[in-house]
Amino acid sequence: MKVLVAVKRVIDYNVKIRVKADNTGVETANVKMSMNPFDEIAVEEALRMKEKGLATEVIAFSAGPAQCQETIRTALAMGADRGILVQTDAELQPLAVAKLLKAVVDKEQPGLVIVGKQAIDDDSNQTGQMLAALLGWSQGTFANKLHLADGSAEVKREVDGGLENIKIKLPAVITTDLRLNEPRYASLPNIMKAKKKPIETLAPDALGVDVAPRLKTLKVEEPPKRKAGIKVKTVAELVDKLRNEAGVI
Amino acid sequence: MAILVVAAHDGKTVRANVSSAVAAATQMGSDVHVLVAGSNAGEAAKSAAAIAGVAKVLQAEDAAYANWLAEDIAPLVVKLAPGYSHIVMAADSVGKNIAPRVAALLDVAQISEAIQVVSPDTFVRPIYAGNAMATVQSGDKIKVVTIRPTNFKAGAGGGSAPIEQTAGGAASGLSSFVGAELSKSERPELTSAKIVVSGGRGLASGENFKMLEALADKLGAGLGASRAAVDAGYVPNDYQVGQTGKVVAPDLYIAIGISGAIQHLAGMKDSKTIVAINKDEEAPIFQVADYGIVGDLFQIVPELTAAVEKK
Repeated sequence: MKVLVAVKRVIDYNVKIRVKADNTGVETANVKMSMNPFDEIAVEEALRMKEKGLATEVIAFSAGPAQCQETIRTALAMGADRGILVQTDAELQPLAVAKLLKAVVDKEQPGLVIVGKQAIDDDSNQTGQMLAALLGWSQGTFANKLHLADGSAEVKREVDGGLENIKIKLPAVITTDLRLNEPRYASLPNIMKAKKKPIETLAPDALGVDVAPRLKTLKVEEPPKRKAGIKVKTVAELVDKLRNEAGVI
Repeated sequence: MAILVVAAHDGKTVRANVSSAVAAATQMGSDVHVLVAGSNAGEAAKSAAAIAGVAKVLQAEDAAYANWLAEDIAPLVVKLAPGYSHIVMAADSVGKNIAPRVAALLDVAQISEAIQVVSPDTFVRPIYAGNAMATVQSGDKIKVVTIRPTNFKAGAGGGSAPIEQTAGGAASGLSSFVGAELSKSERPELTSAKIVVSGGRGLASGENFKMLEALADKLGAGLGASRAAVDAGYVPNDYQVGQTGKVVAPDLYIAIGISGAIQHLAGMKDSKTIVAINKDEEAPIFQVADYGIVGDLFQIVPELTAAVEKK
């Protein structure tokens, strides 16, 4: 069984982002970019399947500008076998990415697709669910634990009240939550090896996908800033402030 | 055109955040319908009918709807969708699971976690863990929107909307519910609690969370945690407050032993009053706290618990 994982190039999670002065978006020039952390978890899960003999090949997919090659290389350095980049400079929204992924799934016929539950840039939390819908597949979202059985998968999901167990038919789409695993670091020899692994580059047109954005971003602004308050010395002072100044207890 | 709110429920009542979804929906249009799907969902449908601003409740009964599997609920919503301009769900783990599946089946975009309705086709939503606010306009015929409940004041009760039965579809057979491992707690639910007591890595162990439980119980507060505390196994995943966990906006948020990574701040910075207790005076949490105490939480928290008692 092939496993397809999707990896997104995003502003590194440690970077304090800046809104552009003209309110058209967020500054991405000269900013450190990394693989979306949830996607690292997706790659790791696929690699563990391969190591257990449950997967035959791990394919890393990305979509976006040419630099997404680097993100795919990171997945290859972690251990993925090959990459597919759908290269475009157009703005890609989740529905468009799901359609591109579907086109690649139709071509590659993986038995499982694993994606991060959410990208830390647009915080949409949509692509996996949308892909499952377009394919008519089952979905195991916010996975905390994944166990493959014959023709099906048992997924422990992180939900509002705790955890939930579902059984889904394969093929399926899994979206990863934080506790699914702890992703490995790529070793230096593996980073060197990854340079020789193949990355196929495709265009959205060649896949017959219209990626035109459905949502128009009118403006992007800074959120209202919270002012830092005061430091109090004693618990008595704190309780007094909460009771008499803030009136919250 | 009418607006359809898809309600999650526990079999007896719809979730508290459905009132917030209805409140958001009334800002998108006037004719708000609520879909209550389930197995024996009669009581839940009645609770939806009582929400002020609801014009009609649609009740869909089918064994397949009992556990909110996206593969079964989404086709039902899609079947009803042509009669609606908007489909609205609360951005909780049910809404986040189902709404994108609905949107893709309708070939429309989804607007995630709207915090403001600017006009029926324009919404404000946080991006980058709330460090930027995007105003987005949808050109799609049907708008599928999840809303962040803390940003829409739940309406009053006292409504008496009619309840109509609507036919369900066949089960997809794609997925089945096995069971749940839900955290049991007598405390208020995190996202609707007036006061939240939250602990981080500074607690150093799950055992030490008992200290926060004592404080939470005195205050009638919900109990939360940072990602670090959940990852370390101190508390279950449903305690997590932050960008990828729960978003809370209580009157009082007490952050204990939490440094205040931007991912955590994303989940609590809309709280009315924030208190930070941390031994590191440089901790970023103090930049958003109204009141901070620098010191040893193991000394301060019991002292605070005792002081609150003396009310």
